[in-house]
Amino acid sequence: MQWEIVIGLEVHTQLSTQSKIFSGAPTTFGAAPNAQACAVDIALPGVLPVLNHGAVERAIRFGLSVGAKINSPSIFARKNYFYPDLPKGYQISQYELPVVAGGSVKIQVGGAGNQYEKTIRLTRAHLEEDAGKSLHEDFQGMTGIDLNRAGTPLLEIVSEPDMRSSDEAVAFAKSLHSLVRWIDICDGNMQEGSFRCDANVSVRLLGSDRLGTRCEIKNLNSFRFLEKAINYEARRQIEILEDGGTIRQETRLYDSDKNETRTMRSKEDAQDYRYFPDPDLLPLAISEDWINHVRTMLPQLPEVRRSNYITEYGLSSYDAGVLTSSKEMASYFERTVELLPAQAKLCANWIMSEVNGRLHKESLDIAQCPVTPAQLSLLLLRVSDGTISGKTAKDVFDAMWRVECNGDADLIIESKGLKQISDMSEIEKLIVDILAANPQQVSDYHSGKEKAFNSLVGQAMKATKGKANPSQVNDLLKKKLAG
Amino acid sequence: MLNSTLQQLSTLIAEKKISSVELTNEFLSRVKAQNPVYNAFITVNEEMSLFQAHAADAMIASGQGQPLTGIPIAQKDIFCAKGWLTTCGSKMLSNFISPYDAGVIERFNTVGAVNIGKTNMDEFAMGSSNETSFYGPVRNPWDITTVPGGSSGGSACAVAARMAPAATGTDTGGSIRQPAALCGISGIKPTYGLVSRYGMIAFASSLDQGGPMAKSAEDLALMMNVMVGFDTRDSTSLQRPSEDYSRDLARPLQGLRIGLPKEYFVEGLNADVASAVESAIAEYRKLGAETVDVSLPNTKLSIPVYYVLAPAEASSNLSRFDGVRYGHRAPEYIGLNDMYQKSRAQGFGAEVKRRILIGTYVLSHGYYDAYYIQAQKLRRLIAQDFSEAFKRCDIIMGPTTPTTSFPLGEKSGNPVQMYLSDTYTIATNLAGLPGMSIPAGFGNHNRPVGLHIIGNYFAEAQMLNVAHQYQQVTDWHIRIPDALTDL
Repeated sequence: MQWEIVIGLEVHTQLSTQSKIFSGAPTTFGAAPNAQACAVDIALPGVLPVLNHGAVERAIRFGLSVGAKINSPSIFARKNYFYPDLPKGYQISQYELPVVAGGSVKIQVGGAGNQYEKTIRLTRAHLEEDAGKSLHEDFQGMTGIDLNRAGTPLLEIVSEPDMRSSDEAVAFAKSLHSLVRWIDICDGNMQEGSFRCDANVSVRLLGSDRLGTRCEIKNLNSFRFLEKAINYEARRQIEILEDGGTIRQETRLYDSDKNETRTMRSKEDAQDYRYFPDPDLLPLAISEDWINHVRTMLPQLPEVRRSNYITEYGLSSYDAGVLTSSKEMASYFERTVELLPAQAKLCANWIMSEVNGRLHKESLDIAQCPVTPAQLSLLLLRVSDGTISGKTAKDVFDAMWRVECNGDADLIIESKGLKQISDMSEIEKLIVDILAANPQQVSDYHSGKEKAFNSLVGQAMKATKGKANPSQVNDLLKKKLAG
Repeated sequence: MLNSTLQQLSTLIAEKKISSVELTNEFLSRVKAQNPVYNAFITVNEEMSLFQAHAADAMIASGQGQPLTGIPIAQKDIFCAKGWLTTCGSKMLSNFISPYDAGVIERFNTVGAVNIGKTNMDEFAMGSSNETSFYGPVRNPWDITTVPGGSSGGSACAVAARMAPAATGTDTGGSIRQPAALCGISGIKPTYGLVSRYGMIAFASSLDQGGPMAKSAEDLALMMNVMVGFDTRDSTSLQRPSEDYSRDLARPLQGLRIGLPKEYFVEGLNADVASAVESAIAEYRKLGAETVDVSLPNTKLSIPVYYVLAPAEASSNLSRFDGVRYGHRAPEYIGLNDMYQKSRAQGFGAEVKRRILIGTYVLSHGYYDAYYIQAQKLRRLIAQDFSEAFKRCDIIMGPTTPTTSFPLGEKSGNPVQMYLSDTYTIATNLAGLPGMSIPAGFGNHNRPVGLHIIGNYFAEAQMLNVAHQYQQVTDWHIRIPDALTDL
């Protein structure tokens, strides 16, 4: 039997406002427990919520970026349940009328060779407040409550069940992650919980148009866990169905230590949240003027930038996608290519392989890159004008990374004597010596053994310590052997 | 002195004939002597009151006095006041000392008024007789075997028994007007959104509104001048130009059109109340007003609609009282759910539990549309009734309550009978309109009757004018109970 996996995601993005969504308390991460919980956050008797318009503005920004409808009015509703880290006994969220409706996100799935594009539709995005944290470890037989996070603004983005593999789900999550940082509404810090995914997973026979019973996997805070949890969950469901069983609709948790999902609560235990419009907050009206103002402030979107890269610079779709994965990355690329406009592909390759590889190895962000775009473009200029070979350039890049000679490629080439030998007579003399010292290879070459030629090239490069221009060496060798 | 109006006290203080400290001491001794009989106050704190009185005297000495500077005001125990025990009449908050001031309290503090004590009330403002208070019932000064009304029963009693010259109340379905009527004083519930709800412990957020209770309309106007004002901390607070609520008091009533809803003068209205109200209306005709018959056809739906919506909001508003961060926590429990259950079972009284249960039920999956949504639709119809009626009249009048005060215990076992006590007042809360009650004579057993005055949105100054003109030609509002012989 051929199975198809169906996935929809709910992504909680923490909005980058200075203060909370319904109070004036700061949202900074990592403060001492309850140091950032004000009277409203701890729900003292009599306190009331006041909406932070910065959070609304960010929601509008998101809505415009995904081509969604901005609802006006939208309604804040109370989701009622008891939990110690939920101080009011209800969470203020949006239910029937969310601020953002519809929209879609384009994703690129797969690697450089087998990439395809897909559009994932969004159902909605709504504003809500985060809960606090229960701390079970530090208190013997008791639970500690930290309400610093209570009231932190969240935009919950809900997709349609449009993804068919964990790869697509990860691509979608990454695409959203990149977008929310691009438009500056979320810092995207997954360790600190600024970007968390819930995955709704079901399976069905390939060709069926009916959705299977789904399970929701909660709180996946890394792309790797998202991928593994979906793969595990899909396998689990397929095994049950193939054994003739049925799937129970439930909420599950992913255990990354054991790489498995397990039941958190079943549908039968699902609470009745008794949603109703919050009478403390007026319906949220968003004027056309406000929307237009936000639109004018919106940066050019990654999707637009990506297609520009393809048409203007002739980059592949994959390369353009990687280079527009963040605003910082795109800006790094653009500032490099600005100084070397004829060598866009060279710039792209270098940034994607050398720069990115090095950043990744050292867990650095592009913004922290020790080599500036101007410095990199000088290095690449020296590659393209034949001053150094691509191979030598990597050594120079290493030196630049260590900020030798203030990261100036010319100074490094100079001080290390790495300049290519392009004086023809010097190379010619060298080649004559090598041919004389290797009669066996010469005769092998003449008897048609291509390998012998490569060995002669190698010896020439070795003799020049790599400073000879390989194509010149090639040409000269051929000429001499023929002559 | 104890019988003086706010205006008179204000003049005495401004002319330095009496200091705030002296005045405060006078009322404090009055409270000390009378409160054991009436139980109008939950908390009296001489030290804190006198501290404020000294500060008020300093304000006056430096020429910064305002109309209410140095005057003792009783505060309903629903308003959070920094450093004061703020119980909301509940065991749940019997240990809660507020770390902050409500918007209303702040406004009184700013003008240098003195908090003379926190008044008794039905638990979480749920009740019409003050019998649901964890701190015991309040007695009606006109007959201590009867109830003062509720939920602002302590405030009404404090003013009626001259333990405070004025008090604050809150009104969700009649909780200012009904006790004002039963205790023979004046009280006004302003248009929803005029008085800040910040720090006013929520019962039903879309209906709750704070307002003043005093002896006369003139005094209410002075109180309104302090209490009304925009508060950024309350999203339902209205930003409007400030008004002087005393400005129209003296205006003659010639040509005033008084609407008399036919639905307010039918079965269920006691004859003694009806006859007092009819006399009051006759008095208005003498003052030059004319009466027109109007209809509020959805009046009978007010109580069912209210008892869906108010409990729905209350069930959610009261969820924060969970024993986790403040308030009552059961001394013994096993695990989290047991802690919730025991703390709330012990901390809340029967009426509060009843309303939490009703509210939880009507919001539940499968019942929400039939109850909550339906009630919201009817709420709009009720509001439309008033806007239709106000096309034909300037002001609406009727009885505040169907009966005068009733004996303690008479209705406490019968919630529906108790709810009917708010028959005439509830609709104004559902519509968000201002409503007022002023003394209009006496019914059987010499128990006070209240005349209900309903105005259009933001018509408070006009309503106060209408009330004040009546109080210029009648003396019901200055009558005092026979028991208060010392006055």
